[in-house]
Amino acid sequence: MNLPYYPGCTLKANAENFEDSAIKVMEILDYQLNEMKDWVCCGTVFSMTTDDLMLQLASIRNLLRAEEQNLNELVVLCSMCYNTLQRAKKFITEDEENLNKVNDLMYKENIRYEGTVDIVHLLTVLKDRVTFDKIKEKVKKPLSSLKIGGYYGCLLVRPKEFAIDDFEDPTIIEDLFSSLGADGIAFPYRLECCGAYQTITKKDVTIKRTYEIISSARRAGCEAIVTSCPLCAFNLDQRQKETSEEFVEFEQMPVFYFTELMSVALGGGWNKNWTKLHYVNPEQILKEKGLI
Amino acid sequence: MSYEISRNIVKNELVDKIEELSGQNVFDCYQCGTCSAGCPVVEYMDIMPNQVMRLAQFGATEDLINSKTIWICSACLQCSTRCPKGIEVAKVMEALRSINLRKRVGTLDPNKIETEDLQDLPPIALVGAFRKLTG
Ligand code: SF4
Ligand code: SF4
Repeated sequence: MNLPYYPGCTLKANAENFEDSAIKVMEILDYQLNEMKDWVCCGTVFSMTTDDLMLQLASIRNLLRAEEQNLNELVVLCSMCYNTLQRAKKFITEDEENLNKVNDLMYKENIRYEGTVDIVHLLTVLKDRVTFDKIKEKVKKPLSSLKIGGYYGCLLVRPKEFAIDDFEDPTIIEDLFSSLGADGIAFPYRLECCGAYQTITKKDVTIKRTYEIISSARRAGCEAIVTSCPLCAFNLDQRQKETSEEFVEFEQMPVFYFTELMSVALGGGWNKNWTKLHYVNPEQILKEKGLI
Repeated sequence: MSYEISRNIVKNELVDKIEELSGQNVFDCYQCGTCSAGCPVVEYMDIMPNQVMRLAQFGATEDLINSKTIWICSACLQCSTRCPKGIEVAKVMEALRSINLRKRVGTLDPNKIETEDLQDLPPIALVGAFRKLTG
């Protein structure tokens, strides 16, 4: 079955392992992720001011392109693209004046933006369409004895109207990993912000966030963390270098995209090229558990 | 910190601007402190999120516009999600940033990012920071 798919910038750069593993995993599950044509950056962060519609154009233009291509939905992997596209669509379509103004701004486009394209996160597709029962049947290498902390961060659960699960007590990632044979652990800091883009101007803040989040996972018994946001992955994984320098007692922990571990469990294996996109060695724990 | 509260400064033009840009009524806040209690970066702020709301009520807008707080906020929406009065505090923070950014005042100069950092940073961090922090 074909699924129209919006990748976003970072999946073509620092998070190629996310895209690569997701495509592979979906193939194993008999779905084809078809990249939409002519997409651009979604704008990354949603702009919350009431008056500046220009800042919504990056997202809206992608949705317009999808309408042009007769797509009725876009599957999104990156939590941030998912969140920003959803909020931009709502902000523009729920108010007719905004919708008209945005179309005026895009007067050179061939069609009018109407807001007909649904935005769906891959985790929702896995839960509602593929179903976790079906995934369980397809497991070749159960992730038995692997204790996984699902890190949701902000963008999969806030604002609550776009939460992919309960916004305060989600279980979708834990449930997915249970179906893969792992032990999905709901650790206390799983919904806490990683510091996001502050990683540039306030590196010390993100280092402390990483320390607190990984330590919380460690205390709860996790051996690895999974995420679906390339910015969370950057802060939680790459920033462990500085975190170790800053906090002597800090113990590093591997951080995976959820699809990388799905690939291992579903027989798609581990791709060596993914390793170099990680800071904390991801292979070590998989070897220890006899998974690769 | 001490503030003089007078009829003259309550609800000045900038308060109107903050309310217009954020779509929030700052006088809805009853100072329960839930927003500050849940804020993950409150320890780095000079004015806590609930104090931001209170100072806005007092019309002490200069302190808000010049605060460190608004540049430390990472727009995580924890405050907005938990406020019992339904106030979107994150939008108030964004309004305060925007008032600065529209005067070309920001905290990130793209030319000053170290080359080494530029090589490591993913596009998602760069574009996000430019949009939130570059005037
Ligand atoms: S949570 Fe809401 S009501 Fe309570 S202090 Fe914060 S803004 Fe005010
Ligand atoms: S949105 Fe900003 S102020 Fe609100 S909880 Fe998050 S970091 Fe704190």
